[in-house]
Amino acid sequence: MQLWLIPLLPLAGFLLNGVFGRKLSKPVVNAIAVGSVLLSFLWVLKTLNALGAFSGGLEEAYKEHYFTWIQSGTFNIGVDFAVDRLTAIWLMIVTGVGLLIHIYAVGYMAHESGYYRFFAYLNLFMFFMLVLVLGANYLLLFVGWEGVGLCSYLLIGFYFLEKFATDAGNKAFIVNRIGDFGFVLAVFLIGNHFKTLDFASVFAQVKTMPVEANIGWITAIGLLLLLGATGKSAQIPLYVWLPDAMAGPTPVSALIHAATMVTAGIYMIARSAELYLHSSMALDVVAIIGIATAFVAATIGLCQTDIKKVFAYSTVSQLGYMFVGLGTGAFSAGVWHVMTHAFFKALLFLGAGSVIHALSGEQDLRKMGGLAKKIPITCIVLFCAGVAIAGVPFTSGHYSKDAILEAAYLHAPWMYWIGVVTAGMTAFYVFRALFLCFFGEYRGDLQDSHGHDAHGHDAHGHDAHGHGGIHESPPVMWIPLAILALLSLGGGFINIPQYLEPMFKPVEGAPEWLGYIAIAVGLGGIGLAALFYLVSPAIPEALASTFATPYRWILNKYFVDEFYDATVVEPMIDGSRVFLWRVADARIVDGAVNGAGTVARSVGSLLRLAQSGYIRNYAAWVVGGSILVIAYMGLRGSF
Amino acid sequence: MPPLPQLSLSGVVPFNWYLILSVILFALGVAGFLFRRNIITVFMSIELMLNAVNLTFISFSYKMNQNDGHIFSFFVMVVAAAEAAVGLAIILTVFKNRQTLEIDEVSSLKN
Amino acid sequence: MDAILFLLFAGVAVLCGINLVLQTHPISSALSLVGVMGALALIYLQLGGEFIAMAQLIVYAGAVMVLFVFVIMLLNEGKERKVHRKLWVRWAGAPLLFAFVAMMSAIVVRILPPSEGVTFGKMTQGTAQAVGTKLFTIYLLPFEVTSVLILIAIIGAIVLASKEVD
Repeated sequence: MQLWLIPLLPLAGFLLNGVFGRKLSKPVVNAIAVGSVLLSFLWVLKTLNALGAFSGGLEEAYKEHYFTWIQSGTFNIGVDFAVDRLTAIWLMIVTGVGLLIHIYAVGYMAHESGYYRFFAYLNLFMFFMLVLVLGANYLLLFVGWEGVGLCSYLLIGFYFLEKFATDAGNKAFIVNRIGDFGFVLAVFLIGNHFKTLDFASVFAQVKTMPVEANIGWITAIGLLLLLGATGKSAQIPLYVWLPDAMAGPTPVSALIHAATMVTAGIYMIARSAELYLHSSMALDVVAIIGIATAFVAATIGLCQTDIKKVFAYSTVSQLGYMFVGLGTGAFSAGVWHVMTHAFFKALLFLGAGSVIHALSGEQDLRKMGGLAKKIPITCIVLFCAGVAIAGVPFTSGHYSKDAILEAAYLHAPWMYWIGVVTAGMTAFYVFRALFLCFFGEYRGDLQDSHGHDAHGHDAHGHDAHGHGGIHESPPVMWIPLAILALLSLGGGFINIPQYLEPMFKPVEGAPEWLGYIAIAVGLGGIGLAALFYLVSPAIPEALASTFATPYRWILNKYFVDEFYDATVVEPMIDGSRVFLWRVADARIVDGAVNGAGTVARSVGSLLRLAQSGYIRNYAAWVVGGSILVIAYMGLRGSF
Repeated sequence: MPPLPQLSLSGVVPFNWYLILSVILFALGVAGFLFRRNIITVFMSIELMLNAVNLTFISFSYKMNQNDGHIFSFFVMVVAAAEAAVGLAIILTVFKNRQTLEIDEVSSLKN
Repeated sequence: MDAILFLLFAGVAVLCGINLVLQTHPISSALSLVGVMGALALIYLQLGGEFIAMAQLIVYAGAVMVLFVFVIMLLNEGKERKVHRKLWVRWAGAPLLFAFVAMMSAIVVRILPPSEGVTFGKMTQGTAQAVGTKLFTIYLLPFEVTSVLILIAIIGAIVLASKEVD
């Protein structure tokens, strides 16, 4: 079935664009980049069709073995790719949404320098993500895991001449590393206990083990894997990199930080479902972290002024929902939300990119407004995404969010109520952003006649833009938006839980009224946003001044970054500078090396005294030595 | 302390007296080597040591009633002669260069 | 009789040895050494080493020592200068040597108890015929090698002592 073609096509695109891209013309670069992803998507379709994924087949995993990577005694790790229904979903999302974003990026990055480099990195990211998803053992998953982290770093810091971009890239990579530490420990534990890293073998062994009541090995593995997932999927405590990652270009935010990379943690936990089902404590922790993250991120999103930051915190919050889905045992609900989230979040980001592109780099919501008439297509598609995320009935987001909330209620009712409040806040802040952006008076600096250079916060670099005024995006940009809008509205009819039934038990038995409350809260959030920002804009300011302290706390993201800085980063820098550099390196290591030299010299000068140059001294030593030897032998009686 | 050998005029010399004589001569050679400063005197002390060793060879050759010791002694003498020739040539050269025969002056290898 | 002769010759040898060490002028030391060699030759005779005794007198005392005397007289340095040595060196030398001699003697006596004596005439293998036969049959190789050694010594001596070419 040649599964290896699926990741290798984007890799070929990366190599071609990376090596030759500088000399190729833009259309050729486009063709290579988009073409490789398009071919990969088509191959995915062909493969899944041949495996029967669309027609009820593929109940068992289909595996291809390529070669043995590590062999040590009985421990065997091969390079295997496997496809089952879970993988099929991810393959479609990654290649499909990835393709749309690639097409969008052709238009968005048209005036950027380093054009070919961007697409090379993007293709490399596709390669690693596909390896992550196709891998049939934990080690290949980890290879993809690390690779997407690397590409995230490269792409966040794409505008590497700006310090805040490189700082954000560093932050993303380093925080991810902390999560990876947990992941690696988990892989070691798995390898140690199950003597293999292959998914099929590990899960077959776990199935025979009883469910752990207290903390045991499986719980430890589950918690450590969760640590890795919190890093990659931006949950508490390692979510701090995602808002900063908005320093990268908007297609990057859409692809990596909304649709694909951040879902890697979800994929990993869903894949390890067998492990988590055998450790109720680990599942509980997953759900608790998910709901906490969802709530906290939603509160932060209420007050953000940068449009991309609003959507970033929204991503963190929605990822929290997915974790709740997984943690309450409704794995398929979580996966469903991944798919619908990919649609509407990618659409939100790309639409925001369209707005920014129209405003020549402006990202501050306070400087937008009244754009509905000027960029109508963008407005329409963004509202499609907004209703999807708010959970308006019949949109995709509604079904998946409903499934998660039902599972939450059945697991622990308090989670449901917090989830409902969060859903309300989600609807509120998304529509706040949309209303601030598209309605009301235009509050920005751009003249309508010719374009200013209003450099926004992602260093969009539209220096010599030259276009006139606020204009709609070119078709190459709004056609993918339109497709995503259709998917956001209609994608809910792809019934994922039913599709994943052979793998995950669906959740049943939730009361009817749960869904109605969720719908009501969602619509209420939309209404509240309309009230605050369309009807009477004075209300939010009044609220802000009345509740000044909570407002300040939320606006500053609860000072989490500052807290991390003070407790973790500064001590580490200090420790490294004061102790490791000055003491350990300069004094101990250098001291040892120099000391060895000094000791050698002093011993030498001591021994030099024996070289007096006087022959009689030498003779005296010889005689003395021989007398000693004779005396010794004489006393010992060995004569 | 082993009993002192009887000194009798019947003419039998205890065998180990020869070895003790050899030891005394050797020790005198060492003394001369260590405590004299003239190079030639030092050289002569070396010859004295060689003679002591020769005596030991001959004595043991008598004891074992074989003449291999005589032959060793012969070779020792030959080598001593060769060594004396070369050594005196060296001394002549040293004297030519340093105008002195003191062994302490030949100390270029001093630290 | 043998004992007296031995003691006489041994005494001569020791006295000449002490003289060699104590004399300041090298020529006196050289003559003392000749005396030592002569005494030793007589002792060799007593031990039955006729050939060796003659070889000692002819080669050692007659050629090597003459060479020494030639060089001493050629260089004509005269007496050794007195030198001031550290106190402990001056007073430690003789006792140390005495200790050395005593130790070695004790070992010798312990290993070889005074059981047997030496009588003149007991050893008959020391004749020139006997030694020569062995020298030219069994020990032929060392003999030839020492000839080469002497050749090398001659060449070395000539090279070392020749005049420098200006």
